Amino acid sequence: MKYFSRRKFLGKTSNLIGAMLAAGLISTSVMATEFPTAEVNTTGLAVTDDTVTVGILHSLTGTMAISETGAQEAERLAIKQINESGGILGRQIRVIREDGASDWPTFAEKARKLLINDKVAAVFGCWTSASRKAVLPVFEQHNGILYYPTFYEGLEQSKNVIYTGQEATQQILAGLDWVAEEKGAKTYFLIGSDYIWPRTSMKIARIHIEQVLGGRVVGEEYKPLGDTQFGSIINRIRLRKPDVIFAAVVGGSNVAWFRQLNAAGINSDNQTLLTLSVTEDEVLGIGGENLEGFYSVMKYFQSLDNPNNKAFVEAFKAEYGEDSVIGDVTQAAYLGPWLWKAAVEKAGSFDIDKIVEVSRTGEIELDTAPEGYVRLHPNHHLWSYTRIGKWNRDGQATVVYESPELIEPNPFPEGYQ
Amino acid sequence: MMNFFIERFLGGKQGAVAIGILALLILVIFPLALDLFRLNLVGKYLTFAFAAVGLVLLWGYGGILSLGQGVFFGLGGYAMAMFLKLEASDPESTAIQTTPGIPDFMDWNQLYELPWFWVPFESFTFTLLAILVLPALFAYIIGVAMFKRRVGGVYFAIITQVIAVILTVLIVGQQGFTGGINGITDLRTLNGWDIRTDSAKYILYFINALLLLAVIMISRFVLTSKFGRLLLAMKDKEDRVRFSGYDVSNFKIFIFCLSAVISAIGGAMFTLQVGFMSPSLLGVVPSIEMVIFAAVGGRMSLIGVVYGTLLINFGKTGFSETFPELWLFFMGGLFIAVVMFFPNGLAGIYNKYVSKLAFLQRYLPAIKLPKSKADTQSNASSSASTSDNAAEGAKS
Repeated sequence: MKYFSRRKFLGKTSNLIGAMLAAGLISTSVMATEFPTAEVNTTGLAVTDDTVTVGILHSLTGTMAISETGAQEAERLAIKQINESGGILGRQIRVIREDGASDWPTFAEKARKLLINDKVAAVFGCWTSASRKAVLPVFEQHNGILYYPTFYEGLEQSKNVIYTGQEATQQILAGLDWVAEEKGAKTYFLIGSDYIWPRTSMKIARIHIEQVLGGRVVGEEYKPLGDTQFGSIINRIRLRKPDVIFAAVVGGSNVAWFRQLNAAGINSDNQTLLTLSVTEDEVLGIGGENLEGFYSVMKYFQSLDNPNNKAFVEAFKAEYGEDSVIGDVTQAAYLGPWLWKAAVEKAGSFDIDKIVEVSRTGEIELDTAPEGYVRLHPNHHLWSYTRIGKWNRDGQATVVYESPELIEPNPFPEGYQ
Repeated sequence: MMNFFIERFLGGKQGAVAIGILALLILVIFPLALDLFRLNLVGKYLTFAFAAVGLVLLWGYGGILSLGQGVFFGLGGYAMAMFLKLEASDPESTAIQTTPGIPDFMDWNQLYELPWFWVPFESFTFTLLAILVLPALFAYIIGVAMFKRRVGGVYFAIITQVIAVILTVLIVGQQGFTGGINGITDLRTLNGWDIRTDSAKYILYFINALLLLAVIMISRFVLTSKFGRLLLAMKDKEDRVRFSGYDVSNFKIFIFCLSAVISAIGGAMFTLQVGFMSPSLLGVVPSIEMVIFAAVGGRMSLIGVVYGTLLINFGKTGFSETFPELWLFFMGGLFIAVVMFFPNGLAGIYNKYVSKLAFLQRYLPAIKLPKSKADTQSNASSSASTSDNAAEGAKS
């Protein structure tokens, strides 16, 4: 794996900042004149000689705020760091924040505002699939670019979206392979909230379990979003005694699900559980004691031991407080501005079409990502490692497995549809 | 003839002036003053105004509080969305699917053919009829079930709210048939006419605005009829109307159906202008928001609620753009201010202060026609029922 050493990383940054301070405005103007506005912006985006405006579009209010706040903070942190190190093509990034208010029409309205009124050069945002689906036609019609941070169901590949989280197969297949091998699992119980992401994930999981792993699915259950009564499902689990519970329960239901499981005496001493939907953020609500010993499959955990991640965690805590936690999506959101910077610099332009063009080359990469090295696939998703974390009482996970290689993103998996 | 029109459809001279000002605002001033993006937003707000106008009939005059108007808004919106989605899902543009020619979300949910209840929505005529008939039918069934059994007041409000919850759960749960929580998205053309273009947005805005004015006039016609007076009488003393030999429940069912249809028209226009429909528009929260629009605008005023809807939504958009993290507090403050200082809403402010300005008193008599009965009545009743309002507010 290619990591910058932390010292080297910090050294580089401080040198740059030093140079910036010494040269003052001259350095920026020199850099900006190297890239005249007329050349880097041929489509009328909000780019001036010394600034470029981007949008951040997340729910700051409503039920999704608790999840999306971390992502939004990470994006602001990345932008701040980029600005401190000289900006993009000599331009400082200005941010316009909009609140999607956990409401899909509002997301569409705000996306329209950012693209039509503010002419932002890029948008970082959205969390739920529903919000992405709502803004997608807006981005396609007005040719904007959206960096979308959440792990999601796949089945989508838009020219106007860069997906920085994992699509379903990246997360699921490696996770199932691991439990089958490590725990010798034969029987699986699938449970999820009832919407597109868990349904698609479980469809992929079932095919993989039955046709590749030679295992058996002994139950597949869905609960409406927000439902908090898991008693009958827990009884069914007891009856069928699966080797593994494979879970994708989200939001408030997640808290009830793990607490009731624990109250029913099902814990890591007597049951293996692998979940797709618990990150450090969710553990805050669920409580580490209810999760202790269960596993999550993600591409990132806060406890990852590498210099990039140490620097990232330190910077994040310095910005947002010692108690803040960083989950998978927060890290993926942090990658957005950096990936955009890499694409803009490679294209030498802010024009959306040129960014899309270089993104399609498969050569946009980041050495400095907290999750390690990542590369953008021509299908607009990221090559990434998949990791399995075992939850501890303190709400942090110990990484017990890491895929040996970067896993290729495959939003339209043949044979799994 | 002209007089009849002014009296019955516009609500007399004063009403005609008020509706004229509103028409001037939404047909001339907004399109001239706002860019297309903002105008499209106003168009979206005005679709909610349909629901608010429906609530003036139902709640303001009928005294029946429905916390489920979002259901009808949603029915209209979904009917339109189904038609548009089918048109957007032609076999060519869905060629990558397992089953080309069906909506994308059905393909993701392993459906291999179009469900039967989607099939009729391939016809535009059927869709238009469905937008008007489905909500009316649904409201009729609810109405018969409740009003014939003399269920009213708080119980009716709670039951309508529960219906909103049930419908949301149903739509979210049956995602293969309905698009689930994502809703029906990515709508493109209406009979081959691209609704996403700038010119289409202008045209849809004006259609929407004219429809709203038409709905207000029709509502005014209903309220200035004998039926309108009976409605008020029912609200004030239901038993007296019943003992006078009227079948109260039929009146209630009628007004409930009418307000449902009006909401549904708003919903269909919403889908056309915003380009998608989702369950978040027909649940409890939007339904209550519609009641708030009516309350802020003044629930006895067909025109006032349009301003109420506009004020709240401009506030929502404006505050949330300026203070992305704090805007909900400002909205809360706005509601509290309205309830505390202007219990009759914007229309109450108008009646209390603006219409009594001295200069109006001086210049108006020359052109003053006899005041229309409806207006005197509504003014009288709204001031008389202030104490009632307070009592009702405390109850709910």
